Amino acid sequence: MLDHFGYVVTVFLMVAGLFIVIARGNLIKKLIGLSIFQTSVYLLYIVPGKLIGGTAPIISPQFSVYSNPLPHVLILTAIVVGVATLALGLALAVRIREAYDSIEEDEILMRDQTADASEGVNT
Amino acid sequence: MSIAAHLPALQVVLPLISAPLAVLLRRRDLAFWMVTAAAWAAFATAIQLWLQVAAGGTISYHIGSWPPPWGIEYRIDRLTSFVLLLVSGMAAVMLPYARSSIEREIPQESHYLFYAMFGLCLAGLLGITITGDAFNIFVFLEISSLATYVLIALGRDRRALTAAYQYLIMGSIGATFIVIGIGFLYLTTGTLNLADMASRLRGVESSRPVLAALAFLTVGISLKLALFPLHQWLPNAYTYAPSPVTAFLAATATKVSVYVLIRFYFSVFGESLVYERLPLPQIMLGLSLLAMFGASFIAIFQNNLKRLFAYSSVGQIGYITLGLSFDSVNGLTASIVHLFNHGIAKGAIFLLIGGIAVGIATPGAVSPAPTSPKGAGRREAAVPSNAREAATPHTFDRLAGLAQRMPLTCFGIVLGGLSLIGVPGTAGFISKWYLILAALEQGQFWLVGAILLSSLLAVAYVWHFIEVAYFRAPPVGQVARKEAPLAMLIPAWLLIAATIWFGLDTSVTVGTALDAARQLMDKAQ
Repeated sequence: MLDHFGYVVTVFLMVAGLFIVIARGNLIKKLIGLSIFQTSVYLLYIVPGKLIGGTAPIISPQFSVYSNPLPHVLILTAIVVGVATLALGLALAVRIREAYDSIEEDEILMRDQTADASEGVNT
Repeated sequence: MSIAAHLPALQVVLPLISAPLAVLLRRRDLAFWMVTAAAWAAFATAIQLWLQVAAGGTISYHIGSWPPPWGIEYRIDRLTSFVLLLVSGMAAVMLPYARSSIEREIPQESHYLFYAMFGLCLAGLLGITITGDAFNIFVFLEISSLATYVLIALGRDRRALTAAYQYLIMGSIGATFIVIGIGFLYLTTGTLNLADMASRLRGVESSRPVLAALAFLTVGISLKLALFPLHQWLPNAYTYAPSPVTAFLAATATKVSVYVLIRFYFSVFGESLVYERLPLPQIMLGLSLLAMFGASFIAIFQNNLKRLFAYSSVGQIGYITLGLSFDSVNGLTASIVHLFNHGIAKGAIFLLIGGIAVGIATPGAVSPAPTSPKGAGRREAAVPSNAREAATPHTFDRLAGLAQRMPLTCFGIVLGGLSLIGVPGTAGFISKWYLILAALEQGQFWLVGAILLSSLLAVAYVWHFIEVAYFRAPPVGQVARKEAPLAMLIPAWLLIAATIWFGLDTSVTVGTALDAARQLMDKAQ
């Protein structure tokens, strides 16, 4: 169990994040869940990249064990993507709040349905 | 070095650079010409690359001259060049259309942002297709997806916002699944280059991380390509997005996802793992049949023309994945050809539907889009009844007798619909022909019946439109002929003409698809 501590945390965050996205009706909370879900992937990549006792990969006669730098670089990109997604999601939530006066999914759905009913749209 | 050697990089870089330039230029005309020029250049590049690959075989381009597997490789084989052709060609045709279409749909001061997002979306889709690096696929996927969410949210109806939000949640979950899958593959093989990954996977295919990677990638990509039970984001997104966006997404975005699925199945995991050791073909077959029947059946009962064809898209994706489930050259050919043919036909239909919104508008209902920034944010409150009417011009009760007013538009939609049904002489027939060939080859005669029966459902939903547009009396006092502007009709009819052309002359589509399928199957063995 302790050997796989990093993976246990990763899986916990992954499942917790996904659960929040599915179970919560609040648009902001959904985005927080999505962020947690994405963060778990950062750990999935970074944990195996680090070797205990390993050093930065600059070749020198003093060291023989090096960490892999590539996962960190990849995840730097993934973090940027995550930030952009979160920012866009929040911006959409603001616009939805302006248009519907609510950020609760079921209320928004209800308002659309009453609007549809008055238009005769079959959804 | 000459420019010709760098065509693979230019294919992505040109649209990518056009986007920030469009933002810097700000003037909407300049932004339009900037992105359109980039799209046309990308199309010319794609044609050139297609010819090169057809003549000289697979091209491998090393970014920054770092050799793979250390550097990023752009790899163009027959399938890649074919999908590049589809994506860039669609953008080249649809941008001129978008110019006159968004006049009515998007506030003028954000036009330059629309073009910038369109350029980014195009760059992302081309990047996903051309790259031979697994993590690159994820990055380009997110570039195109983020741009897509913004484009959908630009729709005039407020439901465009919720549709974009829903797509953002589902799309991000899908992309994260994909990146988890790539992560497992990277942890197992220590490489991100797809070709290198494939060779290192030989021998460890059945280990648990690889199977987990396959599962995550399949689910993630299926979310993106809207495989039947994972399609919930699609109908709303297509219905409420601005018309050029709907057309572009329907023609390219889901198709590129199918391409990624094919790439991972055949070029990375290998046919023997996917098709022989796992029950994946059976699952794929079941879901495809559900899509072909379920989604088409739902389409028949839709009261909104755009939503009808959105559900029809989900059904048509079923045919593409059905071809994948066969594990034969003919099946794969059917998938690739249908990916192309359906892209063209559905793109044309959505372009024409966008024209209806213009023609059907009673004077005053479609006023030029609101110009003040406040008006953009609070559009519902600012223009209550008229804007709402303008946003839903596609409900069937408003389309009664439309053929008298917009004969060209309606006839175009009917021709596109014939291609969806698969009538001989249209592109859709060719793809169904190869699907049926693949089914017969494996002796699954009941499947032939299923394909034909599901085509009848397509007849039903296309007939729904014909019945309303041709046989119902138009509302009193609205009989003046008014087609959409030529700038919108010409691109749409160009695609309709292509649908007929590729139904009669199949040397380009089937020729390339057959080659691509053989290439994929050979490599997979």
